[in-house]
Amino acid sequence: MSEPRDTATARTAMLSLIRAAIGAPKAALEIPRQYRLETGHTDLTSLLEERIADYRATVHLCNSSDLPQTIAGILERLGVTHLAIPADLPTDWIPANLETLVDRADLEPRHLETADAVLTGCTVAIAETGTIVLDHSSAQGRRALTLIPDRHVCIVFQMQIVDNLPAAISRLTSSVTVGRPLTFISGPSATSDIELSRVEGVHGPRVLEVVIVRE
Amino acid sequence: MPFVDPKPYPAAARVALNDPQLRRNLGKATTAIREKRLRVVAELPDWQALRDAGAAIKTDAMNRLPELLEQLEVSVTKAGGQVHWARDAREANQIVSSIVLRHRAKEVIKIKSITTDEIGLNDALELHGVTAIETDLAELIVQLAHDHPSHILVPAIHKNRAEIRELFLKSFNLEPADLSDEPRALAEVARRYLREKFLTVPVAISGANFAISETGTVGVVESEGNGRMCLTLPKVLVSIMGIEKVLPSLRDLEVMLQLLPRSSTAERMNPYTSLWTGVHAGDGPQEFHLVLLDNGRTKVLEDEVGRQALHCIRCSACLNVCPVYERAGGHAYGSVYPGPIGAILTPQLIGLESEHAQSLPFASSLCGACYEVCPVKINIPEILVYLRGEVVHKKGNSFFNLEAAAMKSVAWVFMDKTRYEFAQKAARVGQMPLVKGNTISSLPGIMSGWTNSRDLPAVPQKSFRDLWRERAAAKRVHP
Ligand code: SF4
Repeated sequence: MSEPRDTATARTAMLSLIRAAIGAPKAALEIPRQYRLETGHTDLTSLLEERIADYRATVHLCNSSDLPQTIAGILERLGVTHLAIPADLPTDWIPANLETLVDRADLEPRHLETADAVLTGCTVAIAETGTIVLDHSSAQGRRALTLIPDRHVCIVFQMQIVDNLPAAISRLTSSVTVGRPLTFISGPSATSDIELSRVEGVHGPRVLEVVIVRE
Repeated sequence: MPFVDPKPYPAAARVALNDPQLRRNLGKATTAIREKRLRVVAELPDWQALRDAGAAIKTDAMNRLPELLEQLEVSVTKAGGQVHWARDAREANQIVSSIVLRHRAKEVIKIKSITTDEIGLNDALELHGVTAIETDLAELIVQLAHDHPSHILVPAIHKNRAEIRELFLKSFNLEPADLSDEPRALAEVARRYLREKFLTVPVAISGANFAISETGTVGVVESEGNGRMCLTLPKVLVSIMGIEKVLPSLRDLEVMLQLLPRSSTAERMNPYTSLWTGVHAGDGPQEFHLVLLDNGRTKVLEDEVGRQALHCIRCSACLNVCPVYERAGGHAYGSVYPGPIGAILTPQLIGLESEHAQSLPFASSLCGACYEVCPVKINIPEILVYLRGEVVHKKGNSFFNLEAAAMKSVAWVFMDKTRYEFAQKAARVGQMPLVKGNTISSLPGIMSGWTNSRDLPAVPQKSFRDLWRERAAAKRVHP
């Protein structure tokens, strides 16, 4: 099948049909953006904490000096012995007694199944919707890293918390323009396909633990 | 002149339905999702302003569609992706099949997508000996049931846990002692089965909730994580989107990502949203194809009143509030697009020539609830009235026969238990959007319900009533 030529023909035909359908070219519309660019909430940390918890994820709060201890406590409670991490994770986040699996581009995703949990940072956290956004740059790893292991422990710094979606999109624009993928995570995955019973974690990590670090 | 007289319905339904448990479950689900939606929408004091922005963004996108599509093509290509143009279902299926065959894939993994249902992609792939594995849980259950002719094709909500357990025992060759009927245990089986597929199948196929022309970024909104798996693990990703899904700027996402999850699954946010731009070196599929599909959309665009139907972001909120849909169910619409949006979109996509298309604009009582909930303010009642006018114009006097036939067919549906049950099963579409995130592709609502009619052609040239008749007949043959 001569696919390239076919699709070129289709392209020309489709574009001319669309042009004929809409008539004379129109200038861009002014979009009425009367919606809130910020929520006016003064305590975004508490709002984020509450909203993440609503998704049945676990939230921990700590000071930056307590972070390593907090992480160690969570991993111990989860019984983690084999921890997947991005290559550039701050070393003081990693408990000394754990075996680590360091992510790299040529690591077969299947190997990530051997990890009990993955520990990462994030790019932005959206208070109003309780959403964590990864742009898969520093301390976040490839997309597969936070997808395959069954538990995701994610560190959020206060300065990464934004108010609502408009604030998040404006912070994330540069990530997209330099060509990074984005993953928005709002609680663990879920389904209600069987008798309407909610089951957490069909495919993604079944457990999401978020640590919010006060600075 | 409403399509249905609302009075006889509840009465007929009460007589007809002998399964109070099923009825209670469905009623509970519908009520829950409506109430939940109201709650999460009420949380946003600027909901109406968001709707205004959403409507304007879609109007603008349609106004400038040719330039936006060309810009999208440039951005996606620059980011390492390949863009294909498909005038109709046949061309789209050809493009996808040739990609799949080039990679010698015997199986592909799929994120549920109503667009791929529209073009009948799974069947087209089957002709080439390629199996499309559905990865949404409900889809998988239905697909597995399909493999065993002794099981009649029913949507997952109507399968109770014992039945699903049976299905899984048989499909996966498990020992009865190894599997309980707990939803968690059943989901775990699906998780293990699909995990192997995610890790080994080389090609994934998805729809797209939107594509940003300015950056070439494509997005999929979902709940279960099967979307992330498909978008991340295979070597090759093929995404198929209707041309109307293009949005001008990244900033438009700040509106759409607020409108969509709250309208669809009634959540502040769906569990997972993935955005990608072409190919990301060392991360995810290293070959990305975006197929831009027309398949009747330019025809819809021609009509200045009707083109609003192309603004639809497939949230399924209009289905959940529609009293006619609730009673008649998805099958009555004879298309992959059911409910109020189906009643205005399908006749325009396929043309108002057939009796089936002509009957659809009458499948409404014009109560206006759909317009009120529509996150992008599509004035569905207005378009319905307009399309009715077009039908009258085309049909002249015989129009009155048509309307009478349409009314009779709905009354007929509710007179018999078998038929009513069938309607109820079909109605799952609207009832269950809480289940998953659905985008056109991953938005659960619209798409997941349609699965039980896969054996129908995507765009049947049959009337509303004929379809009911056939389905009822099929049901009698395989009780
Ligand atoms: S037409 Fe229906 S499905 Fe489409 S956006 Fe509006 S409410 Fe949602």
